[in-house]
Amino acid sequence: MIAHLPALQVVITLIAAPACILVRGRDFAVALTASWAAFAVSCLLLDRVLAEGVISYELGGWAAPLGIEYRVDSLNAFVLLIVTGIASVVLPYTRSSLPLEMMREKTYLFYCAFLLCLTGLLGVAITGDAFNLFVFLEISSLSSYILISLGPHRRALTAAYQYLVVGTIAATFIVIGIGLLYGATGSLNMDDIAARLPATGYDRTVIAAFAFLTVGAAVKLALFPLHFWLPKAYSYAPSSVSAFLAATATKVAVYVLIRFLFTVFGIEFSFETLPTAAPLMLLALLAMFVASTVAIFQDSVKRILAYSSVAQIGYMVLGISMVSAPGLTASILHLFNHALMKGALFLVVGCIAFRQSSFRIDDLAGIGRRMPWTMAAFVVAGLSLIGIPLTAGFISKWYLILAAFAHGAWWLAVLIVASSLLTVIYVWRVVEVAYFRSPTSGSVAAEPGEAPASLLVPTWVLAGLNVYFGLDTTLPVGIAQHAARALVGAVP
Amino acid sequence: MGFFGLYNYWIVVFLMMVGLYIVVEHGNLIKKLVGLTIFQAAVFVLYISLGKVRGGTAPIIVEGVEVYSNPLPHVLILTAIVVGIATTALGLALVVRIREAFGTIEEDEIEDQDGPVI
Repeated sequence: MIAHLPALQVVITLIAAPACILVRGRDFAVALTASWAAFAVSCLLLDRVLAEGVISYELGGWAAPLGIEYRVDSLNAFVLLIVTGIASVVLPYTRSSLPLEMMREKTYLFYCAFLLCLTGLLGVAITGDAFNLFVFLEISSLSSYILISLGPHRRALTAAYQYLVVGTIAATFIVIGIGLLYGATGSLNMDDIAARLPATGYDRTVIAAFAFLTVGAAVKLALFPLHFWLPKAYSYAPSSVSAFLAATATKVAVYVLIRFLFTVFGIEFSFETLPTAAPLMLLALLAMFVASTVAIFQDSVKRILAYSSVAQIGYMVLGISMVSAPGLTASILHLFNHALMKGALFLVVGCIAFRQSSFRIDDLAGIGRRMPWTMAAFVVAGLSLIGIPLTAGFISKWYLILAAFAHGAWWLAVLIVASSLLTVIYVWRVVEVAYFRSPTSGSVAAEPGEAPASLLVPTWVLAGLNVYFGLDTTLPVGIAQHAARALVGAVP
Repeated sequence: MGFFGLYNYWIVVFLMMVGLYIVVEHGNLIKKLVGLTIFQAAVFVLYISLGKVRGGTAPIIVEGVEVYSNPLPHVLILTAIVVGIATTALGLALVVRIREAFGTIEEDEIEDQDGPVI
């Protein structure tokens, strides 16, 4: 049983997805059980990886490199924990939030797509086989297009369509890259490719593969300026879907980028033979400033949060572009912390949706008094997003700034702080309207009262974790440092 | 192995560019999907080309044959074809829903329909 944990991690949710359709009345119970079981598996996996080191699992008993290998190290065990954790918090929330946004009798289809998306994301994170990664990536992408198209507004359909076109091009780029790598090395196993690459002499095929894979992953993780699909997708999707995807899908894509740059191609080729670091850093800085500035001028809370996601991804890529253990530590740490804060913020938006249909800032006037618990969660997660001490966001900014100094670039630290000030502006815009402006007579019809506990509890679990991991940082920082050291090749 | 020796790869590049161009250029949502399918088909051809071994025959064990083509890329691309079909089907389903909701499948006409909402 314990030996088969890596397979169980993917199989549980994969089997539960069609089961949701078969047992329509109990679809919610099936989905919840499956995702909590997946969370338990990921906790056990992380525990074993930290105790015993890398786990290699041969799927179906076929030995790598011919068979498909599931390979769990501290980095992807951590990503698995983030993905299953967020799914486990968001799923209970959908019980109350879904009936607002779609037909009650169709929810089993939602849960099926949700579990497939979860399966895909887990598969991408756990697999050690490059082609298997593409298949799981498409499973998660196709189901996320469905989830986004279920949004209450008809624009959700066009947003999902646009994401489908862009996402498919990105996934096809990735599969071209994998094909060229296979052509150059004759292997699909990531470790095996890494071992065989030096013998190829890094010819033009390998460079082309590198370019296709990097660009494909960059679209998937919404790196500026390839982010254009993200704001629409996240702002028209159902709130629970926005929370889930914002906290997991882009994170897994960042993981894919890290995996290919550091494990498959290796630091020497990725950053010394090819000048990858400088463009990545430039794009990351542009994302931090341009997307934050755009966020300031948005009218709707959901759009602000979506553009803010693009900006936050900039911080993660900035850490990667420093090509050092401290930089990667900050990136991996921010993967975790950003999942907590953006998850909480999108769940708050869903709480607001329970009482009113508009997310326009002007329509939120005085909402702090109507929905005190909801908006308090927004403030907590918003402070974390800015990076105020005692919140999780501060920890990631702190390690990012430390990495900037270790990199010998004090100006980067200045830029990180400056972009945080932009975050203050857009968070404050919402807080100011919610608490200090009285509702205007012409504002949108809103029912009085707080969101129900079934929505508030998951929201506060994530908001509370933002504070908890701002105080007790041993778990995320320890794992992030361990994973970062393993990636740069130092003795872990 | 001159210019024409690699003609299969030139076809791949040509198809790929044609597909991408259609996706970018056309405002009609169905035509965009057609472009996307051509783009994906180009990658299928790329993989199948990779599996060809010069002088090799089909990978079925026969007496007297020493050289076989590599079957692995073909198997991989079967999976990718299934993924491609799923993508096209989902894309078409979305187009049907878009037509029901907006009454058109032309991108610019959809853009004009509702202002900045939500």
